[in-house]
Amino acid sequence: MPLTEAVAVVHQLRRDDDVVISSMGNAREWMAMGPLHPRDFVFVPSAMGHATCVGLGLALAQPSRRIIVLSGDGSLLMNLGTLVTVAAYSPPNLVVIVFDNGVYEVTGAQPTPGAIALGVEFTTIAKGCGLSSIHRWSTLDDWRRGAENAFAARGPTLVVLDVAPKPDAGGPRSPGPTAERAKRFREALLDSSIRRIRDYPIGD
Amino acid sequence: MFTGEQVATLFTELGVTHVITVPDSTIGKWGEALERTPGVRVVRVCREGEAWAVAAGLHFGGATPLVLIQCTGLFESGDSLRNVVHDWKLPIFSVIGYRSYLNQDTLPGDTCLVFTEPTLDAWKIGYKLITDPSQIGVIRDHYRACRAANRPGAALIAEGKA
Repeated sequence: MPLTEAVAVVHQLRRDDDVVISSMGNAREWMAMGPLHPRDFVFVPSAMGHATCVGLGLALAQPSRRIIVLSGDGSLLMNLGTLVTVAAYSPPNLVVIVFDNGVYEVTGAQPTPGAIALGVEFTTIAKGCGLSSIHRWSTLDDWRRGAENAFAARGPTLVVLDVAPKPDAGGPRSPGPTAERAKRFREALLDSSIRRIRDYPIGD
Repeated sequence: MFTGEQVATLFTELGVTHVITVPDSTIGKWGEALERTPGVRVVRVCREGEAWAVAAGLHFGGATPLVLIQCTGLFESGDSLRNVVHDWKLPIFSVIGYRSYLNQDTLPGDTCLVFTEPTLDAWKIGYKLITDPSQIGVIRDHYRACRAANRPGAALIAEGKA
């Protein structure tokens, strides 16, 4: 399915109180869809593969808010262990969407080792890590039909979408100074959350 | 060096809400006491690079995370640490076990002694070296100074075996 339309499905379904973390090629698409929401975190610059980790931390800190992470197959391959960590702490409010195009798109669409290995099946890996809310869609129609239920499911949820690479699209540009963006993003999350963190059940 | 109870008391006093960790044979022994401590949640990650990014998410969400790793994990952490602490300028504090500092019986010639402090210097992380249990107050003071200045920092805990 086309990446732009696949990302647009998320854009349409995100609720006002959701957090959306975008990274790499999907961040480029996300930023092109209109003004950023105060609770959008465009993870550019990033440490590749760590968008899901940031999302996990946010999901643990803000258990009453849905955290949506937009990632890629190359990114997930760089940090596969994070699926185990996500499963270990199982935040029900975390949704990770992997746009699987088989390439490192922002560097010019070189193949990932996963693609060379005849296609890595992330859903099988996720199941083996202990996740249970797992979906894979290959067509845009199927993704559109299934997205709402995937978002509504008790997470953590992993959605893998087969998308076509955009090899000439280039990488995303940072939408502004990082320190200012970090400060504004944190402020947008903290209206009433400090108390929630202290109330968070320990060791559940 | 310290007991788990001492560390748990310190972290509670400092208001730490989450300890993101990969254990070693010294700091790993603190985990049980930390997990028994109300108000402190231990998050065990698969590799140290993850720890900084999870801590970043926790910080954005209003928590007060601390990264607890060995110096070998510091070496592994490079790009993630750089991104969190320098790109995003998040004031994440870390406690780092300094392998073989007190003796090299297990690993003679351990290169952790060569690279740990220069690595912290290279990443521009202000640290305090802790070589004796009487220095627990040094950690407390350094942590508070870092918080007050909204900057990252580290306590480097001398270890006696690999």
